Amino acid sequence: MCLAIPGKILDCEEASGARTARVQFGGIVRQVSLDFVPEAGVGDYVVVHVGVAISRVNREEAERTCQLLGAMGITED
Amino acid sequence: MPCRLKANCMKFVDEFREPALIVKTVDEIRRLAGTTRHYRIMEVCGGHTYAIYRFGLKDILPENIEFIHGPGCPVCVLPMGRIDDGLSIAQRPDVILAAFGDMMRVPGTQGSPLEHKARGMDVRIVYSPSDALKLARLHPEKHVVFFAIGFETTAPSTALTVMRAKAEGIHNFSVFCNHVTIIPAMRAILDSPDMRLDGFIGPGHVSTVIGCRPYEWIAQDQGKPIVVSGFEPLDMLQSIVMLLRQLNAGECKVENQYQRVVPWEGNRAALRAMAEVFELRPSFEWRGLGFISQSALMINDKYAEWDAEKRFELPGIRVTDPTAAQCGEVLKGVLKPHQCRLFGRECTPERPVGALMVSSEGSCAAYHNYEHRKAALTSLSASA
Ligand code: SF4
Repeated sequence: MCLAIPGKILDCEEASGARTARVQFGGIVRQVSLDFVPEAGVGDYVVVHVGVAISRVNREEAERTCQLLGAMGITED
Repeated sequence: MPCRLKANCMKFVDEFREPALIVKTVDEIRRLAGTTRHYRIMEVCGGHTYAIYRFGLKDILPENIEFIHGPGCPVCVLPMGRIDDGLSIAQRPDVILAAFGDMMRVPGTQGSPLEHKARGMDVRIVYSPSDALKLARLHPEKHVVFFAIGFETTAPSTALTVMRAKAEGIHNFSVFCNHVTIIPAMRAILDSPDMRLDGFIGPGHVSTVIGCRPYEWIAQDQGKPIVVSGFEPLDMLQSIVMLLRQLNAGECKVENQYQRVVPWEGNRAALRAMAEVFELRPSFEWRGLGFISQSALMINDKYAEWDAEKRFELPGIRVTDPTAAQCGEVLKGVLKPHQCRLFGRECTPERPVGALMVSSEGSCAAYHNYEHRKAALTSLSASA
């Protein structure tokens, strides 16, 4: 139910105060509301739940998590 | 780590399914878990329950790590009386009931929404609240009622849709609001005397909205660590590593494994929309957990016109679950799904008795599907 998946913003548009975008998930493209992610723009990845983007994926943090995982068992006690 | 460019490469997904890293992380979990101590970890969110079975995490983790499935499956915790109430509104010939696909097979006393649809009721599956509003625009002669369920992940989208209905002056639309909030449910679980837990895997997408601060009391007052986690296998395994490190060091903190998606402060715009449209209900009934005060949302007076509960007369009858069904005990984590006396016999995903067998995130359905896959694999390898 709380499933939300990351997709890439292809283009944005604004009409009567609402911001929407076409977002690509693998091979599927959907129309998504950007009202809750004012900072997101074309090329960004957003996490989408029931038609609304609820978070912009932070690339640096994604990298950091991957690095921590890569270092698992090597650096830690 | 660069995503290898496979045909169906999913960025921010595939990186967190890397087999070699999974092996390494599981090794680390084994080392940290040792053999002397038993760890009871509750994954709060149904999405995590689903992932545990879907990715077979149970099979690769040491036996002394036990998952207790939490209450974070909105379909599962909705009491039957509320389903009956929603269906009673839809009895009216001028009403179209719009619901998420997850709701369609949930049993009410007189059958599920799907069965009512087969008997002629106008029930439509929608993917989002805004699709329900679209239906209202398309059918000005009808009144569209959106059957809203979900935690804080979903509630902001409902709020946004109600605000839009008001702004556009759409009056043939209302919401039957069943949104619930996760913190009071976690408190109820921690307060229940038969519950022993060592720590929590915190809900990833709820936290996208509410942030990590609302969990601080769990660490500070209850002395339990909690790690907010993503949903890919490596996310969950890393969260388990973080939990075990805390537990072994005798610490209890709120940690955020899912930093790429969850900001510590949550999503301000989403919280603002919720505050605009909703207020807390004094009390709401949860299946298995009973009445919990201030645990659910209702539409406030400013938006009363879009509140289906104010527009329509509801029977509001409390219905008890079939006595043989043990959904309550499973929801509280007291019983494992297969320990329910109906599991796999009277109650199956094809013919569900309880809601936990309906939603793919319900622990009974997740467990049932997993056992089936496993049995199929075993028979395959036996015949090979
Ligand atoms: S097996 Fe069916 S009746 Fe038993 S707890 Fe699960 S959903 Fe409820």
